[in-house]
Amino acid sequence: MEKSKTQTGPTKLESAMGWLDKRFPATETFEYHMSKYYAPKNFNFWYYFGFLAMFVLVNQLVTGVWLTMNYVPSGDGAFASVEYIMRDVEYGWLLRYLHSTGASFFFIVIYLHMYRALRYGSYRGPRELLWLIGMAIFIALMAEGFFGYLLPWGNMSYWGAQVIVSLFGAIPFIGPELMEWIRGDFLMSDTTLNRFFALHVVALPLVLCILIFVHLVALHHVGSNNPDGIEIKKNKDADGIPLDGIPFHPYYTVHDIHAMVVFLFIFCGVVFFAPEMGGYFLEAPNFDMADPLKTPDHIAPVWYYTPFYAMLRAATYPLFGMSAKFWGFVVMAGAIVIPAVLPWLDRSPVKSMRYKGVWSRMMLSLFVISFFILGYLGTQAPSKLGTIMAQICTTIYFSYFILMPWYTRVEKTKPEPERVTG
Amino acid sequence: MSDGDVAIVSAKDDNKDATSGGVNRDRRYFLIQATSAVAAVGVLGAAWPFVKYWTPSAKARAAGAPVKIDFSKLVPGEMLSPIVAWRGKPIFVVWRDNQAIESLKSDTSDLADPDSLNPDQQPEFAVNAWRSVKPEIGVYLGICTHLGCSPKYVLTDNFEASGQGGFFCPCHGSKFDLAGRVVKGVPAPDNLQVPPYRFVSDTVIVIGEEGTA
Repeated sequence: MEKSKTQTGPTKLESAMGWLDKRFPATETFEYHMSKYYAPKNFNFWYYFGFLAMFVLVNQLVTGVWLTMNYVPSGDGAFASVEYIMRDVEYGWLLRYLHSTGASFFFIVIYLHMYRALRYGSYRGPRELLWLIGMAIFIALMAEGFFGYLLPWGNMSYWGAQVIVSLFGAIPFIGPELMEWIRGDFLMSDTTLNRFFALHVVALPLVLCILIFVHLVALHHVGSNNPDGIEIKKNKDADGIPLDGIPFHPYYTVHDIHAMVVFLFIFCGVVFFAPEMGGYFLEAPNFDMADPLKTPDHIAPVWYYTPFYAMLRAATYPLFGMSAKFWGFVVMAGAIVIPAVLPWLDRSPVKSMRYKGVWSRMMLSLFVISFFILGYLGTQAPSKLGTIMAQICTTIYFSYFILMPWYTRVEKTKPEPERVTG
Repeated sequence: MSDGDVAIVSAKDDNKDATSGGVNRDRRYFLIQATSAVAAVGVLGAAWPFVKYWTPSAKARAAGAPVKIDFSKLVPGEMLSPIVAWRGKPIFVVWRDNQAIESLKSDTSDLADPDSLNPDQQPEFAVNAWRSVKPEIGVYLGICTHLGCSPKYVLTDNFEASGQGGFFCPCHGSKFDLAGRVVKGVPAPDNLQVPPYRFVSDTVIVIGEEGTA
């Protein structure tokens, strides 16, 4: 002990790291992504959600693996095994509620994360590819949620999946065969459940993890955007460090851990006191086992798909010789993928909503409002008034994108500052 | 690899000459393209089993075997309950009373395809006003042609001109008359499907036999 204290050479830890670094870029990677990754110093509330999404992902992976240990992926066993997990397995109820609540919170944080990008123009160059990778993650996440929702094999799981798979039947020529191919049977069956299980538990988590890795690599290459929408790399000191940047670690790691604690208060509150969230997170008909001969009286997808579901139902007229069913499919698929082209639609000289003009602000507000209204309508039984409202909101939703090249060019913008404004 | 590096350098030096620095570039590109094309075919071929794996298995196809339905307990004006499944899908068997049979012939103004012109929705024998073999017995696949929910049998509902009721899909509000014909202006594009079936006796039918279609 005495000897090591007086030693002037490297400590044991340092020499261990030296041994490691010669064989693996440990320190180099940590510095590149954490301690020497310079993030803008003016991050605000909206910048928590990327980290929180990663946190929820870890929750889903861990609870998911544990649930798999007792879940039985078969038409006969699935429903009973979920009840078994809920009633007989030690803390099974907790892990299942963490997983089911985690699914809803995953979408909450992802929607907020995406809203942040709309608000501050994070999709603009040089971050187009970052945005496209993010869109791929969003679509993979929607698929992941959809496959997972069938697994409890409740009656809502069953008929919800039936409706969504039937959407593919609307594709001309190959539709019916495609439906059979997806289901592996002439109806939603045991076979379908098994493959959805494989996709939910193995394939899509793998795809998601790879995409998220690539998303982070792209982010750390181009650097983070910020609420002012200006590039901090334009102003560097003599050492090449952005003047408006601070190392991600320790500043933002501590910052994000704080956010995580606040998030956990809310998350645990839901897990413990409202895991069903009045039928929005776990739907009532799903407490009955799947019955291929009886559709629930009112079927609606889980809340995070309802805006798109409402748009699907908003298409009620046949057009150009194609059925309303086909157009519903096109509208829904279009609504999901159209944000991908945002980088090429936004022609504004500025990125952030702080400096954009009145048109951009108004269109974004209308877009958000219509998204909420569509989300509500999607949970409701179809009605005449509801359909008209959904049609109006669908028009607004698409207008936000399609009119963007025009309104971002004609509006009067404010000048961007040279340096971030805090 | 080192040859390739040489080729790239020399390509910059001299674009016109196909052979430079001892490398025949045309031949190299041809070989790369030919190899890539063969590899692509190989990948497609290798992908085929993975795609085909998803189609219904021999067991699933066998489960589509014909089923016998005995409806001797059915009375006029009702639908057979519990619902029988063929290929796992619900089969609706209804006994229509005389009044209903008459109205199926006359009240067709608000139907999208009253004459069953879409040949995919029923076998030849069901192209008539009742879309069935016998006017009083209707046999339909209980799957909505919109997005595959199972409609409900309703008699009291007055949604159809005849007032005879029919089938109502709770998912998206599609309506069908007692012959499974879709009402205009609902999301469902087609009439309910009529499965291939034949009568074994007065009160027994067999669904799904080869050749009955």
